[in-house]
Amino acid sequence: MNGGFAATGLIARPAQVWGAIRLVPLVREEPLVGLRLDRRVYGVGDPSIVDVGDGSWYRSFIPHAFVASWDVDGDPTAAFGTQLHERPATPRSARMRMPTRRAVRRMARGVGSNRLRFLPMHLALEGYLALHFGGPSIVWEEWTDRAVREGLSPRMEEAYCGYAVRGLADALKVFEIHPGQCGVALYVADTLASVFVVPHPSDYRALHATLLEDLYGELLFHYATYVEAVPDFVVAIEAQRVSSLADLRRAAAGQVGDWERFHHLMLSGLTGEGAYRNESVYRLGPFELSRFLPSFRLDEENHIGERITHQDGRLAYCKTFRLSAAQVRRGHLLTTLHAHGWALDAAATALHSTPSALARRIRESGFEGLLRRHAVDRLEREGRRRDR
Amino acid sequence: MVDRRDLVACEDVVMFVNAAVTATGQREFRDDADAQRLSVEFLHEYIVGNYRELYAATLALDINDFNAALIVRHLLESSRDLTPEVRRREGELIARRLELMAPQRVWRLFRELARRGVNNRRTRAIMRDWAAGRRDPVFDAVKYRAGVKATMRHAHLEVPAETGTFLFTPLRRVRVFTTPLFETWRQAHYAQSSLYDLPYSVAEGLASAHGIKRATFLEKIAPQLTRLERLRLQSAGERAGATAIKADLAEMRLTRLASYVLSLSQAERAARHDELRHAMTVSARRVAGEAAGTWGRVVAVLDDSFSSFGSTAKRQRPLAVALACRFLLKALAGEFTGLWTSGTHDPLLVRPSGPTPLGNRLIDALELAPDRLVVVSDGWDNSPPGLAAEVLRVWRERLDPMGATTVVHLNPVYDAEGFDVKRLSASVPTVGVRDAEDVPALVELARFAEGRAGFAELRRYLADRQDRFRTRGAAA
Repeated sequence: MNGGFAATGLIARPAQVWGAIRLVPLVREEPLVGLRLDRRVYGVGDPSIVDVGDGSWYRSFIPHAFVASWDVDGDPTAAFGTQLHERPATPRSARMRMPTRRAVRRMARGVGSNRLRFLPMHLALEGYLALHFGGPSIVWEEWTDRAVREGLSPRMEEAYCGYAVRGLADALKVFEIHPGQCGVALYVADTLASVFVVPHPSDYRALHATLLEDLYGELLFHYATYVEAVPDFVVAIEAQRVSSLADLRRAAAGQVGDWERFHHLMLSGLTGEGAYRNESVYRLGPFELSRFLPSFRLDEENHIGERITHQDGRLAYCKTFRLSAAQVRRGHLLTTLHAHGWALDAAATALHSTPSALARRIRESGFEGLLRRHAVDRLEREGRRRDR
Repeated sequence: MVDRRDLVACEDVVMFVNAAVTATGQREFRDDADAQRLSVEFLHEYIVGNYRELYAATLALDINDFNAALIVRHLLESSRDLTPEVRRREGELIARRLELMAPQRVWRLFRELARRGVNNRRTRAIMRDWAAGRRDPVFDAVKYRAGVKATMRHAHLEVPAETGTFLFTPLRRVRVFTTPLFETWRQAHYAQSSLYDLPYSVAEGLASAHGIKRATFLEKIAPQLTRLERLRLQSAGERAGATAIKADLAEMRLTRLASYVLSLSQAERAARHDELRHAMTVSARRVAGEAAGTWGRVVAVLDDSFSSFGSTAKRQRPLAVALACRFLLKALAGEFTGLWTSGTHDPLLVRPSGPTPLGNRLIDALELAPDRLVVVSDGWDNSPPGLAAEVLRVWRERLDPMGATTVVHLNPVYDAEGFDVKRLSASVPTVGVRDAEDVPALVELARFAEGRAGFAELRRYLADRQDRFRTRGAAA
C-alpha cells in the first residue's frame, strides 16, 4: 500500500527554541477517544534481544515499550495503568532499572484482548533493516553462495540515543507543554529529527521525557554538535497599520496562521513525499498500526516511521526517524538492485555506472562478501553470457 | 562622548542592581547553580573594578543577602588604595547592612573572609563591632558555633572566659559550665530532657544522635522555634503528627506566605481558601501601609507558565513572587484586575503549567486602559515568541505615545547568560524583584532602567538612598 503522510487532526503552535533544538508543539482540539498509550520500562544498559517471531531475532537498545489500549466501542479510555482492576504495567514514576537479560518478544504483541504492547521506533527500524533482507532472488553468478543462502544477514545499523544529542535533555526540560498538546515535531539545527504524536494530552505529558530515550540519526547527532543555536522566529507587527487595540489584536491573531505555514514548510521533507511504502502490522479495533518506508530519494530528507491511524484518517500515534545519508544510500542501492531482479549489470545501467563500480559501491555501503570479484570483472569485460 | 559613557555607566549600574536583587547563586529553571554563580561573581568583579563608589552604594538598596554578602566581601578584599573618607563611608554602609542581614549569613560571610585570608585592619574592626553589637553573645555562640569560632580566631577578638572554653576546649575536658545555656548544651549531649531548651537547629542534630522520634521532637521543641522555622515546619509537623506547631499566617512576610500557600495541595488550598485569602490580604495591607489605595487603576499580568516553577532549589519562587505581587498590588490599587497567563481566575489555586502567551494577555490588559500596568514574568515569552515585545512597542508608538499608562516589568529570575534579568521590550523598564515587599521601591528604580533619567540623576538617587540608609542606622 502506498500513500503520503499527513498529520491530520493536529495543529501546530509556536515553536520553543533551546540552543540548536526547536520543538514545535502539536495540539489536538479534542483528544482522540478510544485509544490510550502508556509505557512499560525495560532495563537499560546492555542491548536486549528481540525475537521477531519468524525465527529471526536481533539485538538493540530498548528503553521501554508502549502499551496501547483501545476500546471497541470507541468510548473514552483511561490510560493502561490508571484503570481499576488492572495490574499496572509500570508505575509512571518508574525509573530505569539495571538490565535483566532476557529476550523481548515480538515487535507487536497482544497482551490481553484489547491491549497491544509494541516497542516504539522498532517497527519502523525493523522495516528498514529487513528491507530486501533475503538477498538475491535470482541466483546470478556474481553473487556469492553466502549472499544467496543467508541474504544480508547480519544486517546492522547505528543510531544515537537522545541522551547523546547535545542540548536535547535541556530543551526537553525547559519546554512548556501546551494545554491539549498531543505531539511534538522535533528539529535539530532546523532539520526534522522526529515527529512524535500520541492520542491523548495526558499520555503526552507522561511520555514527553521518553523522547530522550529515543533513537536519532547520526546526522542529527553531528548537527547538534556543530550548530550552536538556531534563531527564534519572533513576531513582527507593522506599526503603521495599527490604529486601535482591535487592530493590534487582529495582528496578533494573524500570527497563528504564520506558525501553521511555518510548520507546513518545515515538515515538507516528511509530508512532501507521496510514495511511502506502507505496511500494516496490527489492527486495534478501529485503529491500525502500520509502518512506512520512503522511496529513498538521494540527497533529500528520508524518514521512516510507524503510526496508528483511525479509520477516518486521524493520526493517533506516530514516531518517525530521519535516516542518515549513508542509510539513504543503502536503502536506495537495495531498492534499485531489487527492482532489477538483483542483476548487477541491469542495476548498474540504471544507476549510470559499471558493474565493478557498483560492486565497489555495494562493498563500501557495508555489505561485504556478497559479490564474487572475478565474476563481476568478467561481467564488466564480456557482458552477460547468453549461452547458459 | 561623555553622554555615551554616562549612558553605559547608567545601564551597567541598573543591570547590576537587577542582578543584586534577583540572583541567589541557586539553580533556576533554565540555568544550573554553577552558571548562576559564575555569572554573578563575574558581574561583581566587573562592577567593583569600574564603579567602586556606586558598587558600595548599592548596599543601601533592597538587594538580597546573598549579594550583600558578596559586595561586603569584595569591598573588604580590596581597600588598600582608598582615601580615609571613602573608607569611612564604605565602613558605615557595610556596618549598617550587616545589622540588617540575618545573623547566620553574616557569620557565614565572616567564615568566608577567614577562609580567603582577608585579614586587614578594617575587616577585623568590622567583625569586632558587629560581634560586639550582638544582643546575646552566649546564644550566638551556641547557635552559630562554627561561625563564631572562626571569627574569633580569625580576628583575634577578645572572648569572655567561659565562651572561650565553650568554643575551643573539647567537651570531654569540661566538668561544668557556669553560664546556663552552655551548661544546657553540655547536658544535652547526655540527657534528652535538656535538649528542648536549645535553639531548634542545634537541638535537631542532638535529637537525631539520641534517636528521638521526629514527632516527639517537633512537639516538644515547638516553643523554641523562630517564626520562619515555624512556617517551614508547618507541613512537616502535620505529617509527623505534631500538633503544637502552629504558625500565625497573617503575621508572616508576604512572599514567604505565598510560598507556603503554593506548597499546599490544591485540595487543601480549596478547603482553607478563606483563611489563606485573609492571611494574604492582611499581610499585603501591612506592606502597603499608607500607600494603600493610592495607585489608581492597576492591571497586573502575572506569569504562571511552567517556567514559574523555578527549580527544586527554589521551588515555585517566581510563581510565589507573582502571587504575592497580586495581593500587594490589589492592596495598593484603587481598582485592580489580575490576569494570569494560563487564564486562571482564582489566584490561590494557581499552579505552574503551560506556555507563556504574554502578548495576548498584554492586549487583554491594555484593553482595560489602566493607569499602571505591571507585568510579573521571567520574560520568556514563547507563545508566540516576541509578541509581548511587539505589542508593547506598537502600543507605545501608535496608541499611547504620551505615556498615559505606565508599564513596569518585574522579573524574579536572573538570567546568567545576559548578566541581567531578561527584558521584555526596550520600551518598557524591567527591574529585578526578589520579594514582593520591595515592589514600591523598585517601581521607583524603574525610571533609570528605562533610560529616561541620566547618570547624574542616578548618582543623586543613590546618594540620597545612602544618606537615608545611614541615618536610619544612626537613629535605630
